Amino acid sequence: MTSQVDINKVTVVALVENEPGVLNRIASLFRRRAFNIDSLTVGRTHKPHISRMTIRVVAGPEYARKIATNLEKLVNVIDVRVLDNEPHVERDLALIKVRNDDANSRNTITEICDRYPARIVDVGPKVAIIEMVGTEEILEEFIDEVRPTGIVEMIRTGVVSMGRGTRIHDTNFTRRDLAKIQDELSAGGNGNLI
Amino acid sequence: MKLTGSEIIMECLLQEGVHVMFGYPGGAILPTYDAMTKYDDRLHHVLVRHEQGASHMADGYARATGEVGVCIATSGPGATNLVTGLATAMMDSSPILAITGQVPIPAIGSDAFQETDVTGVTLPITKHNYLVTDVRDLAYTMKEAFHIARTGRPGPVLVDVPKDVQLAQTEFEYPEGEIVLPGYHPPSSAEESEVSDALRLIEESERPIILAGHGIMMSGATRELRELSERAQIPVALTLLGKGGMPEDHPLVIGMMGMHGEASANLAIQEADLLIALGMRFDDRVTGNLKTYALNARKIHVDIDRSEINKNVRADVGIAGDLKTVLLQMLPKLKPKSNPDWIGRIRDWLEDSSERDILNYETPGRLLTAQVINDIWEQTQGEAITVTDVGQHQMLEAQYYPHQRPSTLLTSGGLGTMGFGFPAAIGAKFGKPDEEVWAIVGDGGFQMTLCEMATAAQENVNVNIAIINNFFLGMVRQWQELFYEKRYEATPLFNPDFCKLADAYRIPNRRVTKRDEIADAVQFARDIDGPTLIEFVVEKEEMVYPMVPAGADLHDMKRRPKPGEG
Repeated sequence: MTSQVDINKVTVVALVENEPGVLNRIASLFRRRAFNIDSLTVGRTHKPHISRMTIRVVAGPEYARKIATNLEKLVNVIDVRVLDNEPHVERDLALIKVRNDDANSRNTITEICDRYPARIVDVGPKVAIIEMVGTEEILEEFIDEVRPTGIVEMIRTGVVSMGRGTRIHDTNFTRRDLAKIQDELSAGGNGNLI
Repeated sequence: MKLTGSEIIMECLLQEGVHVMFGYPGGAILPTYDAMTKYDDRLHHVLVRHEQGASHMADGYARATGEVGVCIATSGPGATNLVTGLATAMMDSSPILAITGQVPIPAIGSDAFQETDVTGVTLPITKHNYLVTDVRDLAYTMKEAFHIARTGRPGPVLVDVPKDVQLAQTEFEYPEGEIVLPGYHPPSSAEESEVSDALRLIEESERPIILAGHGIMMSGATRELRELSERAQIPVALTLLGKGGMPEDHPLVIGMMGMHGEASANLAIQEADLLIALGMRFDDRVTGNLKTYALNARKIHVDIDRSEINKNVRADVGIAGDLKTVLLQMLPKLKPKSNPDWIGRIRDWLEDSSERDILNYETPGRLLTAQVINDIWEQTQGEAITVTDVGQHQMLEAQYYPHQRPSTLLTSGGLGTMGFGFPAAIGAKFGKPDEEVWAIVGDGGFQMTLCEMATAAQENVNVNIAIINNFFLGMVRQWQELFYEKRYEATPLFNPDFCKLADAYRIPNRRVTKRDEIADAVQFARDIDGPTLIEFVVEKEEMVYPMVPAGADLHDMKRRPKPGEG
């Protein structure tokens, strides 16, 4: 396992309709066009009908454009942006369970965590869970430092990204369904919130 | 007024101008078939013999008319039988709408009888698909489906409707106004800078060539193509699906390009200093080896699908837009130009490549496919809609049946679907009842969907079937001859007596074994108002030339040996 962050990773951000099957459509696209996903995160935005995906791929800029134009073809994908050419904030979150069964390792872990934006969120007699948030690079660095103490379990969310400044990546679109639901709610009915 | 989901489907079809649908009933779609009884006078349902036939018929209808073709099937096996037709339509950007029944919502996911995850199965082979879970969404979904199928780069759309949604009732009101989808904005016009860049490349070119594809017809840009070509004196090479985009007897048309294209067209592409690619996608059958493809040429690429630009061939000017719109932007600023030297050179190549012409070979006692195609062309004055299957006869049709009008050659180009030709011809005839329609098929492909002879007979569809019978899977055999040292594994065919088969379906028929019988048989077929079948028993081991072997350089063509050679 390499700890080096591949310099050829690009970040694609997509705003998608929050509809059943959308993740499947995107995953299927990546599979059939033989695009390689490094990480993919999806979550809700401040608008209930819009989800946002951050997709990291090992690729050059040309390849990233290919991915973007193919993603844009999907009807449920509202907007796609390749982030690497603009300044952006990116964060990855890891939960790392490490051995904690002697004083030496406890001290080492505490000492490492002090030097990173990491904190110990669960401590037991044998293991502890560390939560670490940061860029992918810092996470890799941190994990390398923790590794000798004995990682027994680990999960990472994958990178989420957002462009800096006032270039807002959003859509003003209101879906028909949402409008319908809102109508129903304001009419006092039971909105069929899926 | 409250209507059931099934009735809503019918109403939506009528609202979208549909008059005919091709389908096959079954349990999960029965409510919709029951609703048809009330719409019989306005919506004609064609009962096929296999759902694949329905999907190809809808496709043939769509290709012939430019309108959305509709097919309908039940859940499970009914729906999965549509798969080949959907994939065919997807590859060739043909607008079809497939309506499938699904098990009732409470049964979904329970492995119920005839349950298949149809939206899952068809995800990569449809432009978009829907599973309707609420009857209140049905009308809007249908309207969206038609909109997506026919706009932008057209393609197949599937709407999966559970049985209980077909039975549920709701107020029906067809949504008015334009469909607005947040993530669906097909490009239309080009940026001004793109237009001027393209015009500059044209002005600077000395050896330009237009590569005209299917998009010419989908966009309705035949007139604009012709004007561009004539005013700047740019020769036009056609893709297989681009045939008909410009009349083939036009002096600037230099024929089909690609694997079995005209040698002159392929040589011109390799020598050109500018390719103007219009509504085509640089398929591997068109380019040959990309590393040596048109190395001397700058490239202008116009396509409605942005993801096609720079996909296979790097464009110097790439324009994502509607072809007609973009050409109309360019034409007012296009300066007249002449390229006599360049056109002269291509003309020399034309002379040279006409050596491949095998029409006038002495072939006593033998019948060649090219002769059959040529003579059908003569008898039909080149005016028929021909629908081919896939293989040698398809390439020979493209070489020997010049098409003058758009959308008169219907053929499965991208997917190369054997079994497409005959059912697609039935669909085309429903779309263009006043046109003469010929299904030109091989003995292999025809047997994949020949059950539709019953459909043709039941509906008395005036489609003429020309079977080019060489008792071989000819194109595969050709590859075996050239690349597998004539090891003819699984290509010789034991065929039925096609004429007796036609008799069994009560379809009038003839068998032709000599060239001088062709004209008479073709006329026999033309005189009958209903399906006919002619079996042409041709030479067994013919070759299609020229041929660019898969992956070879485009200029590296295998040429037909001259008579007496090879």
